[in-house]
Amino acid sequence: MGKGIWVYAEHKNGKVKKVTYEMLGAARQLADQLAEEVAAVIIGKEVGELAPALGEYGADKVYVLENDALAEYTTDGYTRALAGLALEHRPTAIFLGCTVQGRDLAAQVAQRLQTGLCTDCTKVELQDGQITLTRPIYAGKAFVQAISPEARPVMATIRPNVLPVPQPQGGRAAEVVQVDVEPGDIRQIIKEVVRQVSSRPELTEADIIVSGGRGMKSAENFKILEELADVLGAAVGASRAAVDAGYAPHSMQVGQTGKTVSPQLYIACGISGAIQHLAGMGSSKVIVAINKDPEANIFKVADYGIVGDLFEVVPLLTREFRKLLGKEKEC
Amino acid sequence: MKVVVFTKQTFDTEAKITLDAQGKINPEGVSLIMNPYDEFAVEEALRIKEKTKGEVTVVSMGGPKAQDVLRQALAMGADRAVLITPELEEMDEYTTATILAKAVSRMEYDLILGGWRAIDDGSAQVAGRVAEILGLPVVNMVIKLEIDGGKALATREIEGGSEMVEVPLPAVITAQKGLNEPRYPTMKGIMQAKKKPMEKLALSDLGLTAEEVAPKVRALKYFLPSPRAQGKIVPGEPAEAAAALVRLLREEAKVI
Repeated sequence: MGKGIWVYAEHKNGKVKKVTYEMLGAARQLADQLAEEVAAVIIGKEVGELAPALGEYGADKVYVLENDALAEYTTDGYTRALAGLALEHRPTAIFLGCTVQGRDLAAQVAQRLQTGLCTDCTKVELQDGQITLTRPIYAGKAFVQAISPEARPVMATIRPNVLPVPQPQGGRAAEVVQVDVEPGDIRQIIKEVVRQVSSRPELTEADIIVSGGRGMKSAENFKILEELADVLGAAVGASRAAVDAGYAPHSMQVGQTGKTVSPQLYIACGISGAIQHLAGMGSSKVIVAINKDPEANIFKVADYGIVGDLFEVVPLLTREFRKLLGKEKEC
Repeated sequence: MKVVVFTKQTFDTEAKITLDAQGKINPEGVSLIMNPYDEFAVEEALRIKEKTKGEVTVVSMGGPKAQDVLRQALAMGADRAVLITPELEEMDEYTTATILAKAVSRMEYDLILGGWRAIDDGSAQVAGRVAEILGLPVVNMVIKLEIDGGKALATREIEGGSEMVEVPLPAVITAQKGLNEPRYPTMKGIMQAKKKPMEKLALSDLGLTAEEVAPKVRALKYFLPSPRAQGKIVPGEPAEAAAALVRLLREEAKVI
């Protein structure tokens, strides 16, 4: 019996990632319709303490897979753990966040389970008894709706930020199942980890993104975007033009050959709006454009635009947001 | 060192996507390019070849037109090309990976390279699946690669930074932008490419049947995003406009 809608509970720095809760919400709805259970799977070292939160957000069961060798994410170690558990329990579906880690793990696990995988899904629903997945292709220039008619589990990675976070139910407890894992031979040996020190959220998970284009004119000038971002708790992005000009690293690039993002608010500064960039940020809920050129393409997709010099407008915006948000803090 | 590189032909990034009468993605009038991430993989393979006096085989799957990307890779400096034309109605990543793995298993290789994702379907799973089928370790989204003493030392992008990972060879490595600057084919390279071997394989040449590679996932329908309505320009002097915009974002759009 293939039973259970599973959510891979990704965590970082001792915290469950928000996309995990978003997936638990979707999993709960599917499980209720199918009369199945929701299970979260958490892998790592000393991660059991994260189990109660997963219960409050909708998991009926939490599988805790702990081992010293799983302290850090490795493709081999985590694939063996997750695929091994899935082979034993045969769930109906497994969802992972479409993050660097989720993508890496999902492809390996799907192949080991001889099943399909839809990545970067923005919608999950039950249609005619089938779990139906919708995902953007061509970086959002089109969408495809797909099903896995027979192969189980149905596997998908879910784009962060597109599904609502369910209301947690305090005290709702999940059954915690401690699983012995044999990590086996892990061929990826991690030699060194370099983390950029940043208090800002990840681009793909940020609610607000402040992005700069060629109009920024230099790497130095990105400071004014960073100031605005810090007031808003936003991430900073860049267009390909800005990255190619050396104003920003590729890890900040939004677009067809960069990251696809879906924030609540996207503030595009000095970005002309090339088709490749629009593809990467077109699913933002609200788009603001600031550009000197009133004919710029970006104004065709923006909800709000200011035609003006970004070097003048952005600091003024920072000041206005600080006034608005600062006041609230005082209350 | 024998390096195999997977390349995929994709729509140009400038392509505007439309649907045809059957509701499928319309390829009419779209110019085709080598998937940009695969260009990094080809370039890296060529650098390894130059260092180790090795050889590079490029592999692509698709229709006869996919020869163009293979010719491009040959013109850049690859030694030989393999084009697989499965001629299947429906395919998914399971199909593609199964076929590619079968093709590669007939070759000699120390390393398999590919782009970390294709810019069309963006699924980023074929290379990982091939690694799984062939029992090889994989490292995805690599921005720096050193090959030495039967090992690959790969620096990969992770959330908020990077990590250096060592894996034994043979291995599957996928390229992220930043790995290198791909070279352009030279006129001499383009002329030489015409004489380089291009093997063409059908599904039956690999001893596979359509049933064996039947997709696990099936597309129900394609659709285009609903166009965004043109918004409003907030008028006024910069200070005025900035204040008005913040107010609109709070009161009208309710995103702040």
